[in-house]
Amino acid sequence: MTSVLYDAPGPKAKRRNIIFSAVFVALLALLVWWVWQVMDDKGQLQWALWKPFTEGEAWTTYLLPGLANTLKAAALAMVIALPLGAVFGIARLSDHRWVRVPAGAVVEFFRAIPVLLLMLFANEFYARSTDISSEVRPLYAVVTGLVLYNASVLAEVVRAGILSLPKGQTEAAHAIGLRKSQTMTTILLPQAVTAMLPAIVSQLVVIVKDTALGGALLNYSELVSARGTLAANYANVIPSFIVVAIIFIVVNFLLTSFASWLEARLRRSKKSTGAVLGAEKVDDLNAAEVGGTHGTGT
Amino acid sequence: MFDFLSDYDDPSLLGAFWVTVQLTVFSGIGSLVWGTLLAAMRVSPVPLMRGFGTAYVNIVRNIPLTVIIVFTSLGLADIFGVTMGAPDDFELQGFRLAVLGLVAYTAAFVCEAVRSGINTVPVGQAEAARALGLTFSQVLRLIVLPQAFRSVIGPLANVLIALTKNTTVAATIGVAEAALLMKEMIENEAQTVLIGAIFAFGFVVLTLPTGLFLGWLSKRLAVKR
Repeated sequence: MTSVLYDAPGPKAKRRNIIFSAVFVALLALLVWWVWQVMDDKGQLQWALWKPFTEGEAWTTYLLPGLANTLKAAALAMVIALPLGAVFGIARLSDHRWVRVPAGAVVEFFRAIPVLLLMLFANEFYARSTDISSEVRPLYAVVTGLVLYNASVLAEVVRAGILSLPKGQTEAAHAIGLRKSQTMTTILLPQAVTAMLPAIVSQLVVIVKDTALGGALLNYSELVSARGTLAANYANVIPSFIVVAIIFIVVNFLLTSFASWLEARLRRSKKSTGAVLGAEKVDDLNAAEVGGTHGTGT
Repeated sequence: MFDFLSDYDDPSLLGAFWVTVQLTVFSGIGSLVWGTLLAAMRVSPVPLMRGFGTAYVNIVRNIPLTVIIVFTSLGLADIFGVTMGAPDDFELQGFRLAVLGLVAYTAAFVCEAVRSGINTVPVGQAEAARALGLTFSQVLRLIVLPQAFRSVIGPLANVLIALTKNTTVAATIGVAEAALLMKEMIENEAQTVLIGAIFAFGFVVLTLPTGLFLGWLSKRLAVKR
């Protein structure tokens, strides 16, 4: 174990490490003990509050339908946002100024705005200007907000994927007589999508997490609002939070693991000549530096 | 066209955005401190601390911020009795709980950014410094940290901008910041699009200069290798 910061520990350092470990364990134990005491005081540890999770009813009535709605909104948003993102990502690379500039403005605008504002706006907009029934309106609003935001992030991912390809790919395509649109659809886009797959899967984690906003503020009946009704029914606030958090952690952990597995696999097989855009790319793109000061290839 | 704005004075438009700015600043400072501590744990020679740091980051990053913020109100405040020094002032309590939740969440991302900064310093630099006879604290102070901090400005700027946008989640526990005011306005007034545009503009104004300035700074200070 070498690191920039320390050498392999000698006898003295080993002793010091043991002391640090002991102090740390003591602090951690103190915290756990306090949490345990308070939960015991407030009756949150009673088996009756945890029991529902070992039986079918809490899952079939609340948690699973909630999770299904979370995943439904996330999947819908992803399926719509991906082609939209591809279109805008390609438009940003257009040779024509009148395509490039508006596409860039749209992408940067929706990337700079909190998803919650987009959802609230969409919800109110649908209520006033369309006759979407009020039962499905929250779903529409959540998906619209997610699509607008994530399509812009995915547009940046697509753009970065295409820019990561060597220039020779385009030149060779032109040399064998392909038109610009043919070059894009048959040469660049397939390679770019492969390079971007890990980043796209990682973006799914962001989408799954953002659906929770719809439950908290738009009455969309996903996992977080299912937790509310569940806790109102069984009076188990803390257990319900813990269980819902674990569900989110498991789902997102599976997605993250899948993304890194994919990334490792793509790096190993190396079919395309471009770079593989890993999961860490997603954190940068989700921040939205307005003006596009980042950008790979520039 | 804009006269409906005068109907809102608690909070006013500027007041609500001021709360957003305050949330960002306090959570930014808090998550910088807690995130740096976490990063220190993750690169420390003590395996137990490394384990704790890794577990914290992986767990917190995968929980939606909404769940964390709602938990601070329904879990921490109601069940654990954490009042953040304001047991009677619900407005202040909500604000401080929101800051606590934002710090807990954002620190995981700060930790990853800082850790990646430390990792950009080649091991050879520290080895060379030790070969020259510098002590551990000298290696850290003179060689590693200056390079790490400079390479970390860009990622940290991204975290800060994401944090600015994430403060809107505080609306879920009733903190009177921009998103909550927009929700109220958009439900009561007829000019949906105009109100949406005003708040969108507000967030662009908050994030644009930050992004541009810190982007410029990170380019200027980047260690050329």
